[in-house]
Amino acid sequence: MSRVDLDCRGVPCPRPIIELAKAVAGIGVGDTVAVTADDPAARVDVEAWCRMRQQEYVGEQTDPDGVPTYVVRRVS
Amino acid sequence: MLRQALERGYADPRRLHRPARDARLLLDNARAVVADCLGVRPDEVTFTPSGTHACHLGVLGLLAGRVRQGNLLLATQVEHSAVLHAGQWHEQRGGRFETVPVDRAGRIDLDSLAAHGEPAVLAVQSANPEVGVCQPLDEVAGGTDAPLFVDACASTGLLPLTDGWAAAAASAHKWGGPAGVGVLLVRKGARWRNPFPGDERVDDRSTGFENVPAALAAAAALRAALDERQRLAEEHARLIEHLAQAVRAIPDTEVFLDDGPRLPHLIAFSCLYVDGEALVTELDRLGFSVASGSACTASSLEPSHVLAAMGALTHGNVRVSLGRATDSAVVHRLAGELPGVVERLRAQAGAPR
Repeated sequence: MSRVDLDCRGVPCPRPIIELAKAVAGIGVGDTVAVTADDPAARVDVEAWCRMRQQEYVGEQTDPDGVPTYVVRRVS
Repeated sequence: MLRQALERGYADPRRLHRPARDARLLLDNARAVVADCLGVRPDEVTFTPSGTHACHLGVLGLLAGRVRQGNLLLATQVEHSAVLHAGQWHEQRGGRFETVPVDRAGRIDLDSLAAHGEPAVLAVQSANPEVGVCQPLDEVAGGTDAPLFVDACASTGLLPLTDGWAAAAASAHKWGGPAGVGVLLVRKGARWRNPFPGDERVDDRSTGFENVPAALAAAAALRAALDERQRLAEEHARLIEHLAQAVRAIPDTEVFLDDGPRLPHLIAFSCLYVDGEALVTELDRLGFSVASGSACTASSLEPSHVLAAMGALTHGNVRVSLGRATDSAVVHRLAGELPGVVERLRAQAGAPR
């Protein structure tokens, strides 16, 4: 199980979601993408994207600099 | 009507001279018309400088009347910012303020409400101004002994006012009246205290000298809105359904159009991978004036608190509201143009297909 990290600090939505979608398309089923984003809209939109695209939202971590990272697993 | 009111209603209705008595007569007339339209008593109606101010007076005035019973204000997460700001103001002055979550449609979670225990005051809107869903006010009112504040700004003139509130607020510009006129309703017998500094006037619910001509215009507009409510609601329901079909045909789009009771004139949706500001700007260029709850279109960096509370996609968001003067041909043209606009913006953003 591998994990792809995306750094979207300073990037406004919907760009982090577009990058997330592209990254998920490039990984295998069961692998994860972790997107680090400080746009507050990402907190809602990553989870909404998972629901709309039938992928799994794993959860949120906080980086040492306080910026949240949202983890998504490809399930289909 | 407005002109006659401007000529006769310029004086301060609280003075004793003849122009003042004239103004008082006109103001009482406006109050009686609004009361009749809303099915309330005239002495329950006060004109305020805005819907926002009516919300502040309503929420904080009920709290001020309950200081001996407690200080917890409970409100839904999707209240208008005027109510949420009143809650924060209350909190800054030592009160408690908690919010109740909503479901995916934006409707209050009644189980969560019950789990909160009895607040001093409960604030629940009649309908949400961003997505149009109506709150189940009968169930809310039936399930609590706390005085209920209802922000009815989004629905007044479009839907009948429900019962069960101790105080309520409405806004004239929402029903086609002038800006600068709000309505505060305080139920006879409800414990309400002025939460703000007042003045030497007798009526502490009103904020200074009312704009009498505007209040009269607001009353006339409300009467007119009720006269055409049924016809407009039917026409708007058809147009909204037409728009909904067009939006649902666009891939990766969420339409927030609940099957339950909702405002008849409004539709909101979010398009994946689309920048909300770009969408509003492009639609504006094509001649369509629409609103958005996306963060990039707001004055703050935060996305719409309503969409966030619903767990809905917040980017690429558009809200279309129809008015009495909206031409159905324009709505059909919008339905025709939307799929192409969204496709173009997605291609420009390099969105995955």
